[in-house]
Amino acid sequence: MTGPGSAAPYPLPLRGEEALGRLTLDVVQSLGRFGTFLARTLALIVVPPFKLGRLADRIHFIGTRSLTLVVLTGAFTGMVLGLQVFLTLGRFGAEGFLGPAVALSLIRELGPVLCAVFVTGLAGSALTAEIGIMRISEQIDALTVMALSPLRYLAVPAIVAGIVTFPLLTAIFDVVGIFGGYLVSVKLLGLSHGTYFGEMQSFVEMSDIMVGAWKSLAFGILVPWVCTYKGFHCGHGAAGVARATTQAVVLSSVLILVGDYVLGSLLP
Amino acid sequence: MIRVQKLHKAFGDQPVLRGVDLDVATAEIMVIIGRSGGGKTVLLKHLIGLLRPDAGSILLDGADITRLKGAALDEIRRRYGVVFQGGALFDSMSVADNIAFPLREKTRLSSAEIRSRVEEKLAQVGLAGMGDKNPAEISGGMRKRVAIARALVTEPEVVFFDEPTTGLDPVLVNTIHHLIRELHRTFRFTAVVVSHEIPEIFGIADRVAMLHEGLVVESGTAEAIQSSSNPVVRHFIRGDVESVGHPGRASAGART
Repeated sequence: MTGPGSAAPYPLPLRGEEALGRLTLDVVQSLGRFGTFLARTLALIVVPPFKLGRLADRIHFIGTRSLTLVVLTGAFTGMVLGLQVFLTLGRFGAEGFLGPAVALSLIRELGPVLCAVFVTGLAGSALTAEIGIMRISEQIDALTVMALSPLRYLAVPAIVAGIVTFPLLTAIFDVVGIFGGYLVSVKLLGLSHGTYFGEMQSFVEMSDIMVGAWKSLAFGILVPWVCTYKGFHCGHGAAGVARATTQAVVLSSVLILVGDYVLGSLLP
Repeated sequence: MIRVQKLHKAFGDQPVLRGVDLDVATAEIMVIIGRSGGGKTVLLKHLIGLLRPDAGSILLDGADITRLKGAALDEIRRRYGVVFQGGALFDSMSVADNIAFPLREKTRLSSAEIRSRVEEKLAQVGLAGMGDKNPAEISGGMRKRVAIARALVTEPEVVFFDEPTTGLDPVLVNTIHHLIRELHRTFRFTAVVVSHEIPEIFGIADRVAMLHEGLVVESGTAEAIQSSSNPVVRHFIRGDVESVGHPGRASAGART
């Protein structure tokens, strides 16, 4: 058997074990870096100096730029929901519950999840690409050698902006979606206005709204965390930035769905 | 005074620095030359604290900066200015804002004082009146000069130049070298310049160190390096590719 310090390769069975061991170590180290990145960033949120100008810029970057997309996708999500739920409930003669069905679906699940996924595609990918380009063009190194923390300048404003904008964008998505459902079910399919909103008021409770709010808040931290981390740790050159951007969008989307399930299970 | 002692660094199985020894005296211009991939930029990144060595030390006025981190390392970095290879200008800011950035973030100077310092630096690098331009709107030579202005605006004790003339035409190469020499005469900072520009770089160097395969194979005045008998140095200066990559010949004439 060949020892680990030797230059000779391991025999075949041990090579597999070595590869598995290395893979495990890589995964554990990556998760450690990922967690440390968030912990250091969150710690800097409460330590002055606060970069309010950068925060305003990031709120614009994530929030304002995503507004049109959120309104558009929210409207069509609500319209699709209105149409499909109307047809489904119609089979049971229960069209009267359309309003609460649309509202609860949007407020508890679809609003936070779809809004987070769309904002990831639009602003999260841009965030990763921007920070990745700063990494490969040595702008992040320049901040470091100026004795300025790149985390404070790039990650903190993005995560705080996510905390501020995601719940607001989700609320807009929900409201627009509910009116999209209203448009289809009341204006096109003939459900009464009073039934749509009256039943909604009866069935939607504050706890449902809070479930959506907590989810959007969690995604508001998750998406900028993943996207800034991937930007900071992108590989070399344009290919490295492209790979990091793809990974950021895919990982964010997967974690949004996983987080949605976990929070949906834990929250009342 | 910077003293590099037995600096080792490997990336995976690939050794890049194999025991670098180097002294840089206060207020001198030390030029580090050597082939691409020879470890010059890696050495520079150690000097500015962006990389940590596997072994060895870097002493700045007696303090080992390889053992420092956090606020202590930041204190050392406040004494530094760095001109990166590509300039590393913040592309979301104008030229003037790039130069003003370190002053805004690290000093309590008033806006008027910062504006005045920025205009003064722009004039010193020959870019008066260009402050409103975006880095993307100016030429490569101008970007290098903006990067030099940004590195000098805090009046650092030590300035590092990472290949400050890469990608420039011969006239601009000489212009940038002349600028570095003039600014050095004015501000008397210690300069460490990593460069490929042979023989132009000898015109500004107080001393030159040749880095080859992770070792300083020779250091001395520009004249001494140009008349060196070390075959690695001679072949590199002449641009003779056949022998430069030969480690056996390198070690035969090595001295630090």
